[in-house]
Amino acid sequence: MDNLDNKTLDFLSDAYANAYPETRPFWEAAEKDELLLKTCHDCGKPHWYPRMVCPLCGSANTAWLNASGQGSLYAFSHIEKANPPYTLAYVQLHEGPIIMSNIIDADINQLKIGSPVTVAFQRMKEGRKMPVFRLSE
Amino acid sequence: MTIKNKAYIVGAYEHPTRFAPDKSVAQLHAESALGALQDAGLELKDVDGYFCAGDVPGGSPISMAEYLNLNLSWLDGTEIGGCSYIAHVERAAQAIAAGKCRVALITLAGKPKSTGVATGTAPRILGPERPETPWDLPYKPTITGIYGMITQRHMHEYGTTAEQLAAIKVAASHHAQYNENALLKKVVTVDDVIHSPIIAPPLHRLDCCVITDGGGALIVTTPDIAKSLKRPLVKVMGASQTIKTSHGGYIAPTETGAIKTGPEAFAEAGVTPNDIKYASIYDNFTIMVLMQLEDLGFCKKGQAGHFVAEGNLISGTGKLPWNTDGGGLCNNHPSNRGGITKVIEAIRQLREEAHPAVQVKNCDIALAAGPGLVVGEGHAHATLILGRE
Repeated sequence: MDNLDNKTLDFLSDAYANAYPETRPFWEAAEKDELLLKTCHDCGKPHWYPRMVCPLCGSANTAWLNASGQGSLYAFSHIEKANPPYTLAYVQLHEGPIIMSNIIDADINQLKIGSPVTVAFQRMKEGRKMPVFRLSE
Repeated sequence: MTIKNKAYIVGAYEHPTRFAPDKSVAQLHAESALGALQDAGLELKDVDGYFCAGDVPGGSPISMAEYLNLNLSWLDGTEIGGCSYIAHVERAAQAIAAGKCRVALITLAGKPKSTGVATGTAPRILGPERPETPWDLPYKPTITGIYGMITQRHMHEYGTTAEQLAAIKVAASHHAQYNENALLKKVVTVDDVIHSPIIAPPLHRLDCCVITDGGGALIVTTPDIAKSLKRPLVKVMGASQTIKTSHGGYIAPTETGAIKTGPEAFAEAGVTPNDIKYASIYDNFTIMVLMQLEDLGFCKKGQAGHFVAEGNLISGTGKLPWNTDGGGLCNNHPSNRGGITKVIEAIRQLREEAHPAVQVKNCDIALAAGPGLVVGEGHAHATLILGRE
């Protein structure tokens, strides 16, 4: 595994962040371990993944929202043969949207659909930090 | 403009190979094309419409048109994953009905087996230009992992069991034993499936389709040309295609696009699920068959587990003979795309050219349906209803 502890986000070196300049506030918040969602001032619903046009009503009147970082486990599976093994999940955020993520620091036998989970942030090798989740205390 | 009865499928060919290290993908496309033309009693020079998807060398219709030296009036490179070829039949029928072409060739080929692609068990590497990629690739979503989650949700919401899902593989294996070209010909039991290794819980290895090299092709033509040929007449009665999105994060992973394409295709054909004598339903994973049986209207939502556990998919004894070639679960999944083989087996059934052990009696109306790309995220779905005239 690369040591990513000392790495910081550089938009130019992270092709995935760099390709979507309009999502820069998300990555900047993630640097501070804060989860942002895009929400819509017209229909009032937050969506995932963040877009500048609301996919639910078509409005361009969208804005960033500070999410609670709380959610529940909607579904999960475990990739045992990977090195290291990891847990793939859909997490339903408290705000509504269901997002793909990973569950960290958990034995798969501890997990149940509906288990409360809390956001954490993990550095990707390209540079940006991504929201992952662990079981809530 | 309806396509009902305006186009006929006169040629169908499934390449017999399942492992082709000594052939190029272009050659497999070409051999499949010639096989379907020979089946129809037509020649390459008769082709004036060409339909292909992302598996084609070069990624567009241009290179295979060049390779085969086609003289085209119409072309279509619509790429929507494994169901592309089911959708291409509808698109070819539209082009024929509109007078844009008269003999449409559809091809698929690929060789994931001999090139060692870890199709379902390693994350797909997708470029940053795909807008979902920054938000899903970091989580290493294997296809088996995603379908594992979908299976878990269906079990959670409807009480579906591993044994019920296993009955789908059992039915496929029952059929595959009669297919000399099938990759897996051994008849398996429910116990064999649920005791096979876990790939991504709750999915077992035998819940997953095979990985094969291969190809296939179809010829769609006008009623006049079809009636001038010597093959049994198989007409396009109804069809539909869609994209089912993840709806801005409000996903419904236990629903497939069949919830839309099924009713639309039945409405165009003027028939109901009760009229279908044989169904080809794309089986990349057992759960996909279960969900499509529900979404197409063969079972109420949540009830397909009971339906399949009673053996209803097995030809000769069940209510809905299904994937009588052995399907993707046992027979063939060329280029990791099961759409074209679904149409081909439906045509065999309608022509009464299926293996006698699995041939459905009086098979006059058949369905072929399947998803493209990965359910749970934005995915495509196509349904086709065909009739024997």
